[in-house]
Amino acid sequence: MGILNIMIAESTPNLFVDDLETPPLPLTTLAWKRFKRHRMAMLGGVFLILLVLYSFGGSLFVEEKYANFTNPPIRLNTPSWQHPFGTDTVGRDVLARTIYGGQISMIIGILAVIIETSLGILIGALAGYYGGTIDSLLMRFTEAMLNIPEIFLLIVMAKFFGNKIPNLTLLGRTFSGSVVVIIVIIGLTSWMYLARIVRAEFLSIKENDFILAAKATGTSNTEIIIRHILPNSIAPIIVSATLGIANAILSEAYISFLGLGVQPPTATWGNMLDGANNYIESAPWLWFFPGLLILLTVLSINFLGDGLRDAIDPHSRAI
Amino acid sequence: MDPEPLVIVEKLKKYFPVKKGLVFQKQSGFVKAVDEVSFEICRGETLGLVGESGCGKTTVGRTMLGLYPITEGKVVIEKLDIAKADRNKLHRLRQKAQMIFQDPYASLNPRWTVSAIISEPIWVHHLAHSEKEKIERVQELMKLVGLSPRLINRFPHEFSGGQRQRIGIARALASQPEFIVCDEPISALDVSIQAQVVNLLEELQDQFQLTYLFIAHDLSMVRHICDRVAVMYLGTLVESADRDELYENPLHPYTKALLSAVPIPDPKKDRMRHRIILQGDVPSPISPPSGCRFHTRCPMEKPHCGELVPVFKEAAPRHWVACHEIT
Repeated sequence: MGILNIMIAESTPNLFVDDLETPPLPLTTLAWKRFKRHRMAMLGGVFLILLVLYSFGGSLFVEEKYANFTNPPIRLNTPSWQHPFGTDTVGRDVLARTIYGGQISMIIGILAVIIETSLGILIGALAGYYGGTIDSLLMRFTEAMLNIPEIFLLIVMAKFFGNKIPNLTLLGRTFSGSVVVIIVIIGLTSWMYLARIVRAEFLSIKENDFILAAKATGTSNTEIIIRHILPNSIAPIIVSATLGIANAILSEAYISFLGLGVQPPTATWGNMLDGANNYIESAPWLWFFPGLLILLTVLSINFLGDGLRDAIDPHSRAI
Repeated sequence: MDPEPLVIVEKLKKYFPVKKGLVFQKQSGFVKAVDEVSFEICRGETLGLVGESGCGKTTVGRTMLGLYPITEGKVVIEKLDIAKADRNKLHRLRQKAQMIFQDPYASLNPRWTVSAIISEPIWVHHLAHSEKEKIERVQELMKLVGLSPRLINRFPHEFSGGQRQRIGIARALASQPEFIVCDEPISALDVSIQAQVVNLLEELQDQFQLTYLFIAHDLSMVRHICDRVAVMYLGTLVESADRDELYENPLHPYTKALLSAVPIPDPKKDRMRHRIILQGDVPSPISPPSGCRFHTRCPMEKPHCGELVPVFKEAAPRHWVACHEIT
């Protein structure tokens, strides 16, 4: 009898209320569902993956030496089977250069955004959390930076720091030192909007009772900032960082177009446009292909960013 | 009951500065949220702090735990004067004195799992030696407050209000405190859930010999759970006494008015009761009335009430009141 009782006890499941209801969806699943409904964002995502495959997968078929190989006799050839995108003013293959240029442009975009985001979060978090004098000082500095036109800042800094950093070799490839300069100056001139967004988020989140609870528990300020507030303000940061990549690619294109950016022979989509303005009608392939790639990348990222904004907004509860 | 009080509050003052101007701010005055409040709580006792919205009940609770700097006065918890304590001592006190919040929706971090929320005091105060021990402790606490330990990895938005409040209680218990400030822990809950949460608080008190400061405005709930009751009006204490003494023999006119407003669940008796309806509104705490702060609305007002601040005195054994008319 005793054994039977135990068997019955074991075979009876302990039913809790949560077993009877369908389990609620985790936040990530909800976000993915919302994202999928955003057609343009999905399209942007697909295009972006294709563009990344084009730039990074392309190097399996074409060598960088070939992309940087000058062959003056075949300069300004129209697109043909041998050179599908034509050749540029010194006879380099435009297709190969868009592949390697894409890599540099995307790397610049991502690394510049890492600098931008780190600075923006640091300054915004300190200003928003501590408030008072720290807030006033940091925000006046941010506004001062915002008052200087970004392009002007970029050009001055590019002119000032350009050609001062030696070329570097990484993974068997040589990069122009100007790549590093461009990354840093784009990062240093674009953090202001993010800092303001982060500050605003911190200002509103720090008033919540759970922050007071953490203080009553004895959690330190650093841990409150990093573990409590930052995870709650991550949505706008991700969106802003995504859109920041597009802006960084565009900024690089501006300064490289003006000849102050990444120096040849290292190709970027931006510096491929440098000089192409002299051949707008006579050799349209010079500007068309890199221009189209920049356009597609920036558009895709912007659509993706829009979709992310809707998907990961914690206030939107629609499925 | 331990005769030595666990918590002593003496002439506690908390003024919030009011600032004017956008760029060049200057102080234009103070909100006198708490003015000369004194009380004691013995070990294992529950003190109810009642009063209408905005009278400074919450500020008293938060200031006592060192969440706001003290303007003046003394708060001693477990023989530690928190106004004079350095950071280390204050940190140790925070293990012994915890807080339960009013709004169970705002007091839990929406991005944290239940496990992370409840274990926060455990890792902050290094109370577990291993990850496994920490998880076991969290599960134990969840059982203690009546939550299934299997919900440990859920997020707060997956719980109902009552369950969330239980999570908040589990978090407050995690550091094995002796004193808990319950800041209106039931006023945001459904009536059907309120009783459950109050009973849970009482059971936990018996089990761990907890001392509560129970802030509330529901007088019948306060009568149920508290041993002593203190009544606040506009930042000051007007009366404090043992529970039954206060409810059966209120002395201060404000307490009488408050008690007369408690509904009686019997329509016949309810029609018979004599309600005292106070005139006017609560004055602004920025410029409170002179003398007795209640004199502008007091039915028993005499000319000297507006001039002299009444002393908080023991009118009967263990029954303190601040009124000129009672001797």
